[in-house]
Amino acid sequence: MHPLVEAADLTKRFGDFTAVDAIAFSVPSGEVFGFLGPNGAGKSSTMRMIGAVSPVTSGRLRVFGLDPAKDGRRIRSRLGVVPQDDSLDMELSVEENLYIYGRYYDLPRREIRVRIEELIDFAQLGDHRTSRVDPLSGGMKRRLTIARGLINRPDLLLLDEPTTGLDPQARHVLWDRLYRLKQDGVTQIITTHYMDEAEQLCDRLVIMDRGRIVAEGSPRGLIETHATREVLEVRFPIGELEPAGPGLHETADRVELLADRALLYTSDADSALGKVHRLGLRPESALVRRSTLEDVFLKLTGRTLVD
Amino acid sequence: MQVPGALRVVEANAIAYRRVWKGSAFSSFVTPALFLVAMGLGLGSLVDRGTGPPGFEDFSYLAFLAPGLLVASAMQSGAAEGSFPVITGMKWIRSYHGVVASPVGTRGLVGGHFIWTGIRVLMVSVIFGGVAAALGAISPMSALALAPIGILIGMATVAPMTAFTANRENTEALTAVFRFGITPMYLFSGTFFPVTQLPDWLRSVATVTPLWHAVELARRVALGSGSALPAWQHVGYLVLVFVVGVALTYRFFTRRLNV
Repeated sequence: MHPLVEAADLTKRFGDFTAVDAIAFSVPSGEVFGFLGPNGAGKSSTMRMIGAVSPVTSGRLRVFGLDPAKDGRRIRSRLGVVPQDDSLDMELSVEENLYIYGRYYDLPRREIRVRIEELIDFAQLGDHRTSRVDPLSGGMKRRLTIARGLINRPDLLLLDEPTTGLDPQARHVLWDRLYRLKQDGVTQIITTHYMDEAEQLCDRLVIMDRGRIVAEGSPRGLIETHATREVLEVRFPIGELEPAGPGLHETADRVELLADRALLYTSDADSALGKVHRLGLRPESALVRRSTLEDVFLKLTGRTLVD
Repeated sequence: MQVPGALRVVEANAIAYRRVWKGSAFSSFVTPALFLVAMGLGLGSLVDRGTGPPGFEDFSYLAFLAPGLLVASAMQSGAAEGSFPVITGMKWIRSYHGVVASPVGTRGLVGGHFIWTGIRVLMVSVIFGGVAAALGAISPMSALALAPIGILIGMATVAPMTAFTANRENTEALTAVFRFGITPMYLFSGTFFPVTQLPDWLRSVATVTPLWHAVELARRVALGSGSALPAWQHVGYLVLVFVVGVALTYRFFTRRLNV
């Protein structure tokens, strides 16, 4: 079976600035695929090209086997799009927002009525169907935006930063909804600058930095390849981290010195902490945790992901 | 233009309009009707003691004013549709971005925007014509004949206005266009008095405004008098302004939405 999305040498330039620099990837049917990277990495530009909204500067892109430059309309009719800013009509009701989109996708009125019932249920907005959108919470608005993106029962759902700006509880509700969609076999492409989100949702992801793909794999695979099983985070009082630096390098496979703390990558955090103490170093605090994609990003780019 | 997509945009506009029609009805119908009564009947009772402007000696001021005021109102509606709703869709709620990501696309968006404006301007023209006919300012037949001219000037206004709004980041420039463009045009393009009353330099400015062409055309239709130019030239000028405005709108929308 052909992949739903296939890109080779895909490039997007704005004047002299190269937003997407000759990237290649493919997304098979049924997968949840992620673009992970900091702001300005080129994730959104890539999404807009896949969405047949932004023209490709050079390289090859196929969506459902079609060329966005020629078959943009056909591609768009099979996509669901969840933009980062909800772009809901605040003056209209929940139902009306869904109805208008159903019409944009050329659905018959009666069919839209049926789907609105399903989607309001899915988005857990049953109590708000006739209320205006404006007073709804951020989480409700985002769920409505996702429901709106599903009105045409898309073959592929594009989600741009789906949980940015939501509180932790609303994020978990949303993740649950997206997981449900995955169970139903909806292929999803997600951009995020949250490592935990990528770990939670994605089967496979690429890490983007400055327009390029710097790594590709499953969340677990990336962590195994580019990080160690455990990480020891040690904090020192101001001014004591730098002199401790050289000694710390002896204690673990790899050490990253950040502004306020050191990250020690090791398969055995406890014994690393023992070594730290034997060096006569007295960290203010020490925390053992599992490696995350954040650690992978740090290793690959030398920089942290900043929210 | 992609017709079915454009009609979906029209439908979406109609659904949104249901929510705001009361306020909109007031500004587009009631205000001009009040103007017609106050200026046409009130001020007109003073004006009619004079000889009337050259070429219109046989008409009451109310009859002189009504066709001009009808097209001037249509122009205002066109300007309104091309300003705040456009920056709202482009920037504030960004609904245009959603339309462009759907099968409707940019062509459907642009087409639907202008078809919807045509409908709005038609509503304004027909209802204003009805009010004017009820007041005896124009004949019912003239009221109907003026509606297409209302659409013409509405479209010749909304198209360049939309193109202008497409590139704006805030409403300051839009407010300036109303203050220094639309309102002076409303007052000095022959609506309330013939441009022959203006000093020469201002008259030549007035005669290049779309509204002047529409007023001349409207008065010729309603009163059978006035207008030095053949009708086709007025129509042609308004169509030209519309076509250029649509082309620019499409270009600017694409530049902003398809990046």
